[in-house]
Order: sequence, then structure tokens, then C-alpha cells
Amino acid sequence: MLLAAGIARAAPDAAQLAALANGSNDEKIAALRDLGAQADAASLPVLAALSEGSLYAFKTDSGWRVLLLKASGEAVDAASGERLLSLPEGADSVMINNRVRGALAAALAAIRLASADVEMRLEAIATLGNAPDVKFLPLLDAALRRESNENVKTRIETVRAVILLQNGQREDRLMAIRILGETSDPAHLRLLRPFLTKDGQGRFVETDTRIRAAARQAAREIESRVQTGEMLKRVFEGISLGSILLLAALGLAIAYGLMGVINMAHGELVMIGAYAAYVTQTLVQQHAPAFFDVWLLAAIPVSFFAAAFAGFLMERLVIRHLYGRPLETLLATWGISLMLIQGVRAFFGAQNVTVENPSWLSGGVEIIGKQILTYNRIALIVFAALVLAGVVVLLAGTRMGLFVRAVTQNRAIARCMGVSTGYVDSMTFGFGAGLAGLAGCALSQIGNVGPELGQGYIVDSFMVVVLGGVGQIAGTVYAALGLGILNKFIEAFAGAVLAKIAILLMIVIFIQKRPQGIFALKGRYADI
Amino acid sequence: MKRRSFLKSTLSVTAVSILTAFGTASARAADKTIHVGILHSLSGTMAISETVLKDVALMAIDEINASGGLLGKKLTPVVVDPASNWPLFAEKARQLIAQDKVAVVFGCWTSVSRKSVLPVFEELNGLLFYPVQYEGEELSKNVFYTGAAPNQQAIPAVEYLMSEDGGGAKRFVLLGTDYVYPRTTNKILRAFLKSKGVAEADIMETYTPFGHNDYQTIIANIKKFASEGKKTAVISTINGDSNVPFYKELGNQGLKATDVPVIAFSVGEEELRGVDTKPLVGHLAAWNYFMSLKNPANDAFKKKWASYAAAKKLPGASKPLTNDPMEATYIGIHLWAQAVKKAGATAADKVITAMAEQTFQAPGGFTVKMDKKNHHLHKPVFVGEIRPDGQFNVVWKTSGPIRAQPWSPFIAGNDKKKDEPEGRSVTK
Repeated sequence: MLLAAGIARAAPDAAQLAALANGSNDEKIAALRDLGAQADAASLPVLAALSEGSLYAFKTDSGWRVLLLKASGEAVDAASGERLLSLPEGADSVMINNRVRGALAAALAAIRLASADVEMRLEAIATLGNAPDVKFLPLLDAALRRESNENVKTRIETVRAVILLQNGQREDRLMAIRILGETSDPAHLRLLRPFLTKDGQGRFVETDTRIRAAARQAAREIESRVQTGEMLKRVFEGISLGSILLLAALGLAIAYGLMGVINMAHGELVMIGAYAAYVTQTLVQQHAPAFFDVWLLAAIPVSFFAAAFAGFLMERLVIRHLYGRPLETLLATWGISLMLIQGVRAFFGAQNVTVENPSWLSGGVEIIGKQILTYNRIALIVFAALVLAGVVVLLAGTRMGLFVRAVTQNRAIARCMGVSTGYVDSMTFGFGAGLAGLAGCALSQIGNVGPELGQGYIVDSFMVVVLGGVGQIAGTVYAALGLGILNKFIEAFAGAVLAKIAILLMIVIFIQKRPQGIFALKGRYADI
Repeated sequence: MKRRSFLKSTLSVTAVSILTAFGTASARAADKTIHVGILHSLSGTMAISETVLKDVALMAIDEINASGGLLGKKLTPVVVDPASNWPLFAEKARQLIAQDKVAVVFGCWTSVSRKSVLPVFEELNGLLFYPVQYEGEELSKNVFYTGAAPNQQAIPAVEYLMSEDGGGAKRFVLLGTDYVYPRTTNKILRAFLKSKGVAEADIMETYTPFGHNDYQTIIANIKKFASEGKKTAVISTINGDSNVPFYKELGNQGLKATDVPVIAFSVGEEELRGVDTKPLVGHLAAWNYFMSLKNPANDAFKKKWASYAAAKKLPGASKPLTNDPMEATYIGIHLWAQAVKKAGATAADKVITAMAEQTFQAPGGFTVKMDKKNHHLHKPVFVGEIRPDGQFNVVWKTSGPIRAQPWSPFIAGNDKKKDEPEGRSVTK
């Protein structure tokens, strides 16, 4: 026990501290590798301080003195443990660059591999896997022996295999190849490839046929998993883009389908929703900072009602007077869109405003093939699905929805049957605008919020609505998802610029062949 | 009928009197003031970067006015908003020179906007100070370039990435916004990388439109490219507000600087405002100035800016930030003022001659000098890594200012081009 305490105080030792404080990058890295291989928990505070930028050094007559700056403003001497009330004059923070940071992360991970927390051990082994170091082999062996969690165990074995593949004996390498063959990390493919390459004379670099065969088999297995991962990721990206298109176009589809109103200000309703989210965020930040992490949930109804109210006013004051005059409606709504943009510019400024991501929307979840699905995109897809479900329920399951469908199908007959079409129009237009507001709220999480936000989505929204077939919710859904996935697949091969051009071109051709869109109204409704 | 004609005549009389009042007022003002044009986008995709340049220009003008103005006259700024709309830049430039009679214009960020105004400045013999790093391949007698040429930013940055300390990158992703600056810079970098023995297969080049905000596919492609071979680095020439979604996606997808470092040429302190920089620690930027530089000139500059931002209640005043193009704008205005003093006049040709070899103690910590011939500054180069607080840690720098090469030697045929603008020697 005493002995352990004695060792603990010795790590990191004076020479290592001096190297960290004032060594060249090479010396720092050497010291960090040693500290990592020792994996002594006593050096954790110094390493953590170095990674957070709170490690300070200053020169004394007897050499370098290393201090840890605490949050309280106190400083603690790393060698003696002596407490100082504040940092002495002239102490400079120890700067590190990427290369040192990599070695530092590995050293920290080596120590944390012994942590009692499974999550921390998982993170530690992932870090070690990024830069496998033969120096850490004994450490990994020890960790493997005491590890109880199966998941962590597999990962330690994988990292061990990567190290042994390059440094081990024949049997070790064969085993390493077998273990790597069970993973789905594309980086492991790169490690296996040298075993399968030929030199200038057409002979294999690797002379051992058994190793070669094993490597070939392992590479094939990894490759198929990586490809599955890539495919899933692409589809996910497509669906996420599709959900954005769907959210932006849904409100437009309803208003356009119902009233035949070409609403050029639809994009600005989206923008209003985004700004409403921004205002909610600011208010929550100012008045209820404790709930800051959930401001986004509060922003959803605010965005909906802000945009719905704007839409309702637009319909009552302008659009209602222009029914049956599509050209005038188009010009009037375009004018409104310009007014809204300028209004927001005057009120909030021309620059983008910052809408933050709540912490629970940062980061992502890893799937097969080391692909990461980000939480904000997942949330967006779920949100779009919920909104869509809400719209369907409202249209198919409520009395108001029945009226809306009736007016959409045949305005004159619906009116004869006693439906107040004016009222239905206002409510529907307001509802469509509210959906645009929801889109704005969602878009504030993935893009920039500025006065021109809506301009970027209006063309896409019309594209979706026209492609899907006017007045068809199902058509809108298919068109949005189809365009999203198609766009992402083209982008993966041809780049973002060409993908955009290709999509527009395809739509032009499609609309020429089938002007009524994917889904068209049939029978006697078709003529209105 | 009568009433209408009466109305008409009254209106026209009023209009005429207003016009004459304006005319005499501006004529009178012209005697006592020098008009200075400021041509930066205050709205649209580039507003994120350009708005502060307008503010720092106004600050420098205030400063010169406070110390007695120029040639006994006060400077009057004329601010216009070309709204990130490239043809509008040319229109506004013409308006500034022909209508507002400005002596000089400070403005433009994107190269496409500079290319758009260039013919206007040459036709009307105006004077433009351009404060942003750019791709070179241009020299005009009417333009002074106070930002970096490729050899003062892009080339040293890539050299750093290839060095041991920079991680020894062997494969490169050239990622940019689709317009002239990224395309030309990447052409130069491709030639440079080739000269360093990097194979064609180890370079991936990809572009996005202005205002692009879905970087999922691009980052997935970068990851794939990086997993296929040796150490990979990304060189980003993304401009404008697309950088925010790009860095957000980078953080969310967990692409760490220790695995695949991203070095940016158009991302500074201002662009990172509002981005959570904790996942981005270690990604890099190359500039001729960083806010985190420690020297007396920079301390004074930062203090001046902070108090100016607070006094004018600018949007970011609670967290005042300075960056490289702001420094370049500030240097440009002061160099111009010095040249006007030396020439004793504001006429473009006289100022152009007087600009040669003007020096200024820059906030970057070095004395920068306007080259004798090529209208570019001699500037130091810094490479910085992003810190958790959104500032940059300088990890590499040149020992002193280096001379600009607007005609990059990595583009064929440039060795025959003259290192001074056409028509310049005639005016001497």
C-alpha cells in the first residue's frame, strides 16, 4: 500500500514534467508514450490539465515548475502538490498541437482503460484503436485479462490484433487477421491490403500462403460489411434530405392543392418559423436558463402559431381578394415575401442569427461500417414523420379535414352542401402556413437562420409539389423522399453542384412527359 | 384639370429646389471632406464575413478623423450594400465612383465580386483596397491587395500539413465553394502537391454551391477517402455561412483533428462565432493574423475594436472578435491615408505612386510593407489550431514578412508575366 502511494507520487517524474513543460514536440510525445505505457492513475490530473489547456509552466532557477490551474483560480504544483493562491506572474499555458494531442489522447485513454465505468472504457479503447501503439501491448493484455464486459473485450481484442498484425509472430498474425475479419472498420481493410499486393516482378509481397488466404478472406468479409454500411448511410442521408423537402413542401401542397394559390411567400413563412425558434431560444436563455436544454420543444408550438398567424393574416387581407386570379396572386404573394424579408432584416438585422443545437442533438450513433448517423438528422426524420402523421389524421379523421377534402375536390358542390368555403380557406391556409413554420423550426437545427432562409427552399418546395401531383399528400411524400434519395446518390458520385443540376434536368424531362405529376386526380375532379 | 396642373407644377418646383439644395450642399461638402466608399455585403450569404469589415473600416475612418483628418479635410464614409450579389457589386462601385465621387473604395470579399468590380475601377480610374486572401492571378493598377497571395497563405499551410509536426499528411481533400477563388487555389495546390510527389489518386477535389448546408455526403466521402490510405488532410476553401453547417456536421460525425485535420483559408474567429468549437479543437486555419497573437500592437487594436463595438452597440459587442481581413482592412486604410499625406492629394494616380514602400506597424506584430511594384503587402504567415474557446493557437509561423507572388509559379506560363500591373510605369 505504502509502496503504491510512493509510486503514485512519482508519476509523472521530474524529467517527464520538464519534457511536457518545455520539451520539443518529439520529447513531449516520448514522455506521453511512457506515461501511457505506465498507465498510472496518478498522472491523470496532469494529463487532463494538459488536454484542457489548464497546465501552466514557468521557469525558475532550478528548472521548470509545472502548475495545474483549478477552476477556483488556485494553482497546484504538479510535482510537490503545493497549493498556490493564484498563478505566479509569467506562467504560460503549455501549448500542444495536433500531433501531441494524439499522443496525449492515447495516454489518457490508456489510463482510463482501467476505469470502473464501462462507457469510459469503451471510449478509451476507441481512442487507442485510432493510433495503435506497440508500447501499449502489455497494457492491453492486462486489460483483456480483467475485462468483464463482452463489448469492451471484443474491442480490446481488435486493437490488440491491429498491433499484432504489424508486430507479431506468424501465429499471432493469423489470429489477428481472423479477429479483424469479424469487424466492419474500413481502416482494417487498409491494414490487410499489403498482404495481398504484388511487387514489381508480380510476386506477392507476403510469402506465406496461409496468411495470404486468411487476409483475402478477412478483407472480403470486411468489405461487404463496409458496403452495407455505406448503403445504409446513403439511404439515411437521402431520407433526411427528403424529410426536409417534405416539411418545407407539405404546407405548400395543402394550400396549393386546396385553393390553387401559388404562394410565393411560402419560403418566408418557413423563415418566420425559424425566427420564432430563435426568439424562443433567446427568451428561454434569458428567463429560464435552467430549461435551456429543452427550449427546442417549446419552440415547436411557437413556430407553428407564429407562422400560422402570419399565414392567416395574409389570406384574410390579401389572398382572399384575389381568388381565381393566379397571376395577381403570384405577384401579390411575391411582394409579401419581399416585405417579410425586409421586415425581418429591419427588425433582426441582415446577418444570420445563431440558433444553438441542444446538447442532446449533438453527436451521433455509430452503425455498421463505422458510419455515424447524427442525432440532429435522426430527430429531423422523426419530426417529419410525426408532422406527416398529424396532417393525415387531421385530414382523414376530423370534420374540418372532411370539409377541406370536400372543398379541394369540388368547391362549388361543397358550397352548395353548406360548407363555409371562405372559413375553410382561411383555416387551411393558416394551417399550411403553420406547417411551414414547423419546417422553419426544424431547419434552424441544421442550417443557417437568416432573412433569406426561405429563398433557398421555395424552389425545392414547388419542385416537390409539382412533381408529386397537385393536391396530393401521398404524392408529396413520394416526391420528397424520392428527390432526397436520388439527390444524395447522385451527389455521392458526381458532387453537390452536378447533383443539383441533374435533379433539375430530370424534373424538367419528367414534367414534360407527365405534366400532372406522379399522382394525378382522376375522373371528374381532374378538370379543376 | 387646373388642380392637377397646379399639383404638377408645385411638385416639380419642390423637386427642383430639393435637387439644387442637395447639389449645393454636396458641392460645399466636397471642399471640406474626402468621401471614402465602403463596398461590403451587409446581407446575403457573405454578410457573416463582410459586415465586420464595414465596421472596422468605419472605426479606422473615425480614428483618422479624430487625429485631424487628411490634408485638413475630414473623411466621410459612404456605405453601400451589394447584398452578396456579384453584378450588384459592379453597379454599386460605379455609383460610388461616378456619383458619390469617392477618393477610394475599401471592399469586396469573394474574388467573384472583385472580378465584377475590376472593369469599373479600371474604366473610371478608381482606387480599390481589397482586404482578403485570394488566389492571385491578377494585378491591376487600380487595386491594392492587402490580403495574402497564395504563397502567403495556401502554400505555407500545405507545407505545414506535410511536415512532421503538421501530421505528415500524404493524401489531400480539396474542398471548396464553387467559384473562382477555390477553383484557382486548388489548381495551384494540385500543381504544388504534384511537385512534392503526391500522386493524382491521393487528391480528391470537390465543390459545393454558395449557401450549401447539407454536408452529410461530403463528410462521409472524406471519411471514406481517409480510410483508404495514408494520413489524410482536408484543405477547405468553403466561403460564407456554409462553414457553420460544415463544421457542425464535422463535429457531429466525430471527425477529429487528430485523425483528419481540416485546414481552412476563409474561416477565422468571426465565422466560428456561434459554432460549438469543442468538437473542433485542433482543426486549423492559416492566416496572416490571429486575434490570439500576443504583442502590444495587437493589444491596442483589440482594445480599440472592443470599445468601438461597445460604443456603436454592434451585434457582437458582448464578445468582440478581431480577425485577419479586419486587420487587412485596418492596415489598408492607414496605408492609404499615409500615401495621401505623402502625395498631398487624393487623385488616384498620385496615391498609387505614393503607395510604394509604405510601411505600417500591423496588429499581427510585424511591420508590413507595401511592395515597391506589385501592389501586394509583405506579410508574415501563421498557422493556428482551433481552441475550445473559438480562438486559435499559433502552432507555426514564418520568421518574418514574406513577399507576395501574385503570379503563382505553380501555374504554367506565369513565369513570363510581369510582377507589376500594366500601365503602372507610365504614371510614374
